[in-house]
Amino acid sequence: MDDTAREIPRPGGPPPAGLVERHRLSMRLWHWANAVLLYTLFTSGFGIFNAHPRLYWGHYGANFDAAWLELDRFPAWLTLPASYNLAMSRHWHLAAAPLFAFALLAYMVWSLANRHVGRDLAFRRQELSLANIGRDILDHARLRFPAGAAALRYSLLQKASYIGVIFLLLPLLVLTGLTLSPGMNAAWPWLVDLFGGRQSARSIHFIAAWTLAAFVLVHLAMVLLAGPWNELRSMVTGRYRPPPERAA
Amino acid sequence: MIVSRRALLLGATAALSGCDRLAGNARFREALFSAENFHRWAQRGLSARDALAREFRPDQISPIFRANGTANPNTPAYRALWRNGFADWRLAVAGLVARPLSLSLAQLRAMPHREQITRHDCVEGWSAIGKWRGVPLRTVLNAAGLSGRARYLVFRCADDMGGGNSYYESIDLIDAFHPQTILAFALNDRPLSVANGAPLRLRVERQLGYKQAKYLMGMEAVDRLDGIGKGKGGFWEDRAGYDWYAGI
Repeated sequence: MDDTAREIPRPGGPPPAGLVERHRLSMRLWHWANAVLLYTLFTSGFGIFNAHPRLYWGHYGANFDAAWLELDRFPAWLTLPASYNLAMSRHWHLAAAPLFAFALLAYMVWSLANRHVGRDLAFRRQELSLANIGRDILDHARLRFPAGAAALRYSLLQKASYIGVIFLLLPLLVLTGLTLSPGMNAAWPWLVDLFGGRQSARSIHFIAAWTLAAFVLVHLAMVLLAGPWNELRSMVTGRYRPPPERAA
Repeated sequence: MIVSRRALLLGATAALSGCDRLAGNARFREALFSAENFHRWAQRGLSARDALAREFRPDQISPIFRANGTANPNTPAYRALWRNGFADWRLAVAGLVARPLSLSLAQLRAMPHREQITRHDCVEGWSAIGKWRGVPLRTVLNAAGLSGRARYLVFRCADDMGGGNSYYESIDLIDAFHPQTILAFALNDRPLSVANGAPLRLRVERQLGYKQAKYLMGMEAVDRLDGIGKGKGGFWEDRAGYDWYAGI
């Protein structure tokens, strides 16, 4: 079976010459919902952090206890709302968080059920040779992007980062966020044990948010470098134009 | 593609001020604030009515329990009560009860106690662990004979928050009858200090710090909250727009 060009017939007929169907509708909807929700969660999260810009490990932590990180307040151009207002930051954050969490859960179930994960994201045995891993890292470092049919498959590093973000980092953000809630601590006491305390969960939530911010920045940089219009079209209409094969 | 830092800053500021304008729209605000109802519904659905907040070991107590909010009500009436060791202080239990009460500190101390080492979570993000001793609220409510029409308990405090407004808070009957909800008169084996709410404060262990009303003067059983203060059920709920349900 040819898994390089997945051309899904659509009621509107096949895509115009040179374009292939790349991203499913469910994927595109989830992507843009995430763009809006993560923007809201980041900026309101900065606003919440500003109420107590110190981080601790363990169950407790307040001003008299040793903080492992103490920052100045994040500037107004980064926080939602733009002037310090803990109540409003919390309203934004706590309204966006459940939408984000349930969309993630739906996407995880859906992408496993429709074999998107098994077909497009799971590692193949032959990919995992040291030589291939080395080549993929080198290709990325040289910004040498795949062309032709190869551009329709995810490379090893892409697979690793998507799997890592979808199945580890994003659930970690949701679970550490839930651990900050005293009501959820009573409902699911195992959350506190899992992260070693509410203040540890707050620290991990912060670290995971910045890891995700790094992913988003690299992701945006890659989109710009790989051809922003082609990438943007594929995430809006689903249709992608594979770059022509390079001369060998 | 080079995006200048200035353009990025302008873009970020424009997006944020757009969000702030959106939050100024009454219907959008209402939708945003309704997330509180979802969280309350979900948390209550996920936990048993009497699900307990975590209790800690004595060696896990914070070295210094941070006091927050009013440090000393410092009104002439409060100073007079403090000067003779709160011997003249009384807790008024009124509203929708069969037998209104006026309880002295000695009477409360003579009632059955509960002792609990719990974590206090401030809405700002910090936590402190302390050992509380006090009378279960349900013991007092049973003594007063709560009416079947009562839906909420409103707690009146001695601290004047400016403009003639005293601090107040309210909880519903699920939390009022919870086994860990106590009227605490001791912290870490000492009578409550003035900074921590002498002579009596509320502990509602599945909710955030602003619910833990200090300097209690009276409590009132009511069937609705909209006639009290500005109608949102608490001083910070009225003043700053914090969620009434503080389990989040």
